Amino acid sequence: MPLVNIIIDGVKTQVSSDSTILDAARKVNINIPTLCHLELHNKETVNRVASCRICVVEVEGRRNLAPACSTKVQNGMVIRTHSPRVIKSRRVLMQLLLSNHPKDCLNCYASGNCDLQTLSNDMHTDSNRFEGAHSDFMVETSSESIVRDLNKCIRCRRCETACNDMQTVGVLSGVGRGFDMVVGPAFHAPLEKTQCVFCGQCVKVCPTGALMGKSHVEEVWNAINDPEKVVVVQTAPAVRAALGEEFGMEPGKCVTGRMVTGLRRLGFNHVFDTNFAADLTIVEEATEFIHRLKHGGRLPMLTSCCPAWVKFFEHQFQDLLDVPSTCKSPHEMFGAITKTYWAEKMKIDPAKIVVVSIMPCLSKKYEASRKELSSSGHQDVDYVLSTRELGRMLREAGVDFQSLPDGEFDNPLGFSSGGADIFAVSGGVCEAALRMAAEVISGKELDSVDFEEVRGTKGLRHAHVEIAGMEVNVAIACGLGHARRLLEEVRAGKSHYHLIEIMACPGGCICGGGQPFVDSREEIEVMKKRAQAIYAEDAGKEIRSSHKNPYIQELYKEFLGEAYGEKAHKLLHTGYTSREKL
Amino acid sequence: MTKLATGVAFAEFADAVKAAEATAPKTRIFVGMSTCGVASGAGPVYDAIAAELAASGNPAIEVVRAGCVGLCYAEPTVEVQVPGRPVVTLGGVTPARGRELVKELAVAAEPAKPLSVGDAIFKKQLRIALRNCGRIDPEKIEDYIRNGGYVQLAKILDGMKPEEVIATVKASGLRGRGGAGFTTGLKWEYARAAAAAPKYIVCNADEGDPGAFMDRSVLEGDPHSVLEAMTVAGYAIGARYGYIYCRAEYPLAVKRLEVAIAQSRALGLLGENILGSGFAFDLEIKLGAGAFVCGEETALIHSIEGKRGEPTVKPPFPAESGLWGKSTTVNNVETLACIQPILEKGAAWFKAIGTPKCAGTKVFALAGDVKNVGLAEVPMGTTIREVLEEIGGGSRDGRPLKAVQTGGPSGGCIPAEKFDTPIEYDTLGALGSIMGSGGLIVMGQKTSMVKIAHYYMEFSCDESCGKCTPCRVGNRRLYEILERILAGKGKPEDLPKLEELGNVIKDTALCGLGQTSPNPVLSTLRWFRSEYEDCIKNGGVKPPVYTVNDKCIGCRACAKACPVQCIEGALKKKHVIDQSKCIHCGACETKCRFGAIDSE
Repeated sequence: MPLVNIIIDGVKTQVSSDSTILDAARKVNINIPTLCHLELHNKETVNRVASCRICVVEVEGRRNLAPACSTKVQNGMVIRTHSPRVIKSRRVLMQLLLSNHPKDCLNCYASGNCDLQTLSNDMHTDSNRFEGAHSDFMVETSSESIVRDLNKCIRCRRCETACNDMQTVGVLSGVGRGFDMVVGPAFHAPLEKTQCVFCGQCVKVCPTGALMGKSHVEEVWNAINDPEKVVVVQTAPAVRAALGEEFGMEPGKCVTGRMVTGLRRLGFNHVFDTNFAADLTIVEEATEFIHRLKHGGRLPMLTSCCPAWVKFFEHQFQDLLDVPSTCKSPHEMFGAITKTYWAEKMKIDPAKIVVVSIMPCLSKKYEASRKELSSSGHQDVDYVLSTRELGRMLREAGVDFQSLPDGEFDNPLGFSSGGADIFAVSGGVCEAALRMAAEVISGKELDSVDFEEVRGTKGLRHAHVEIAGMEVNVAIACGLGHARRLLEEVRAGKSHYHLIEIMACPGGCICGGGQPFVDSREEIEVMKKRAQAIYAEDAGKEIRSSHKNPYIQELYKEFLGEAYGEKAHKLLHTGYTSREKL
Repeated sequence: MTKLATGVAFAEFADAVKAAEATAPKTRIFVGMSTCGVASGAGPVYDAIAAELAASGNPAIEVVRAGCVGLCYAEPTVEVQVPGRPVVTLGGVTPARGRELVKELAVAAEPAKPLSVGDAIFKKQLRIALRNCGRIDPEKIEDYIRNGGYVQLAKILDGMKPEEVIATVKASGLRGRGGAGFTTGLKWEYARAAAAAPKYIVCNADEGDPGAFMDRSVLEGDPHSVLEAMTVAGYAIGARYGYIYCRAEYPLAVKRLEVAIAQSRALGLLGENILGSGFAFDLEIKLGAGAFVCGEETALIHSIEGKRGEPTVKPPFPAESGLWGKSTTVNNVETLACIQPILEKGAAWFKAIGTPKCAGTKVFALAGDVKNVGLAEVPMGTTIREVLEEIGGGSRDGRPLKAVQTGGPSGGCIPAEKFDTPIEYDTLGALGSIMGSGGLIVMGQKTSMVKIAHYYMEFSCDESCGKCTPCRVGNRRLYEILERILAGKGKPEDLPKLEELGNVIKDTALCGLGQTSPNPVLSTLRWFRSEYEDCIKNGGVKPPVYTVNDKCIGCRACAKACPVQCIEGALKKKHVIDQSKCIHCGACETKCRFGAIDSE
């Protein structure tokens, strides 16, 4: 791109001609305030609707003010980012936004994490200057995962961009007109009645408290405080790589031991690890994969541990319901095993067991409510808390997280291989499955279990892996927009892959909809740091392949019998339902 | 109809149409049958004339279902064209008068009791865009061709370069008639320069200003002029496909467009290899669902794409990235209607009309407190006063006019003392208003300017798409402040607040709708500030008080019209209004034919 010369607030600079005024200003240390603007994942997803108008600046020779986020620089442009005209307009715009926004920050879960609040503090503007009508929407709580309080919506459309451009789910769009215009499903349908997959990417990008995860903290406290109940908690692989951020720790620090201690302090009776069930998932899934490979089964096989992805194909690819693996997701397998195998072993009535999952995900909340996930005779998982909710519980309980001593998971459901750790990152499930499949098919130990070729942060990746002279093609997608492209190839009969791993969230579970909030500009760096922490955890493990986990071997010997066998099918596998689109 | 495979075949066809007229000239009775005419009862008038003609068996007279000549106040209108004589215009025609007319024409050269003879009634007008409206049958392509239609297209396809077409349009000085006034030739040039194919040409027929119906009149009265111009534009910019985005509230316009498109396709004037030139062009109609903002070109484009009709930031302009990301040229109906005459008579001819900055004519829709409600096409530079007083005939009660609102709901109100301003894009802008699409809402002395501002803000609030903060929330707050002032709860500090907010909305809104929506408030504050101050001082706008004066003849008409029966008085005795019951609706004043009701 050619360079152009511009002057911003008197500073002469040269920038690429495809820069926006916002980009150019950042180059010369000017942070023009923004609200609706959003750039995600190295600009793979950009919200440039220019609807909030907070970023307006004065451009010499232009009749009206220009939105910096969506106005490209031109050679010779003279820009003023904080002239009296600009400042006055921004203040009025902020006053207008605040004139239709509830002023009960104390009751808002987004308080302290709200772009609107931060910006209005920076401007120190009179929030009551314009009085008048207020939006009056019912808080929408139809789903198990996401709560929408549109009275707090500032119509920035970020959620819409995440839902449509990035995820191609297509649930959110502008609805209604004028003052009553708001963002939501068509016809104001409740989220639960739509093809929403509850990936929570909309919640992650919402600059206010209009979109939030549904909280189950109260239910979990009640269970903990109920003497009749045995409350078992399990923690997803991705949680340990991000929970520290809830307490101001640097991203990329694994806090496994502190997390275990913290959970005990909260009063959970048994602290187990979803990682254990991730190993179990690999044994089932790799066996299913080998079975399909050897017996001419449906290929490619798609992974099925991401509930948002499962719901996505149930709505959008109803003709391909036989393609994904039938394996339940790890925490659901965990629930089924806890309420059968472990209950028997511990001689506890499974009706008294409450399984709580700590997940980086909001869709897991919905998944736990799926009626068919009850092969133990009870709902396999009772409650799901997000990483953010766990952070809040720990803070509420006064747990000084940073200084906690490390604890150890309880056994037998607390031991895991490195293969389980990497479930947290995009490509990890595929790599863990390859670790086992390669050894089982070849009958030989791998020299190195690191399949570097499947790792990375790009949304769509593919690799060829040689197993015992056989070429295995794998593809990895994170982000449902990328997944759609792979699925369309499968639908058209043009897919040459054997195994496809799909995670709904860009980067995988480490960047799930339930993880600590991150400034969008730092997101890609945080994603990388969290991934590094996970790979370090894996590398530090003595056992790195799931099928070598001795507790998993014991589980099959004592209880399940054969992998991918009859009992395993009943407890650990599931089926899919064709679902309509709104 | 047989497809005309070559330019020569077209020339022969056109000659044949003209020759038929020359050998056997006919007296034509044009019945104005656009939506307005039909609504006023033109249907039965047409039927009566047709029946009478059939009965008389006179082959020298033909009755034509024509479009609208723009004399709304005189509908149903009928025009009579006797060969070799000036056109005679009749107004308020009934079926009985229609039958009488046929009989008259059998014996007399001209009908009796005309509104005017010759073009006297149109003397201040220059009809370019409206040239055929009311004077041809819009459902007959032969009528359009007889008046020179499609000859220019045939000429262009016979070897004119696209660049030459663009140069002519550019040299004519034609500017977009949809409101923004961008030079049409330049727009075409940008589109021509865009590299990637396919390209699209879109006709913006989403006329949404309340009280504006210029485009409807063209579409209902002369649809082929739009089709020909779009085909020419397609050739000039390199587009092979076009869309006419027409509001669904215009069913007759849509029907006439459909008929016209079918006829053009049948004659081979649309479709593959037009007149053997190798150039292919076709188009389709897309119906708008009634959102005002879809008249904004980016919103219109999204609506055609099947998306939510809301504007996006420009640049990129549609010429660069429009429909489905492709180069798209959006032209308004009236703009397109000027293309054929420009090509026929030359750029210099058009350029000489109007003013140096604004060439040509502009069609205005006159409505409100004016005697001659209707359409008028005048050269640019005509003064506001000429349009309102000489064409419009001044106010209905004969008192001096107070103001005029130009440019639709987001235009401004111009006070009477500025009526000598010549109409141009820039002069109206300097007065705090806009040309817009050409609506002129005339206000008499009794109009409250605060109420007017309030009314238009209500419209803008309703029609905002809600996308950007200033338009969505800002306009609503303007409206609410006005509401408080009208209700007597205004404060002096509300006026600077209205101005500050209005200016910020203008300065920061995303699209043209938002950027102009505060104009009614800002312009009334500028020219009629004392009305706001009075409103705040006196506790709001007081409703008018109606009283009966000595002109009353005691006819009881007002008493019958009164919805709350508060007018008393015996027959042939002066009536009295019971002020304690009056709801100030004004029905009595409207009903009285003797000027016996005063209002203050």
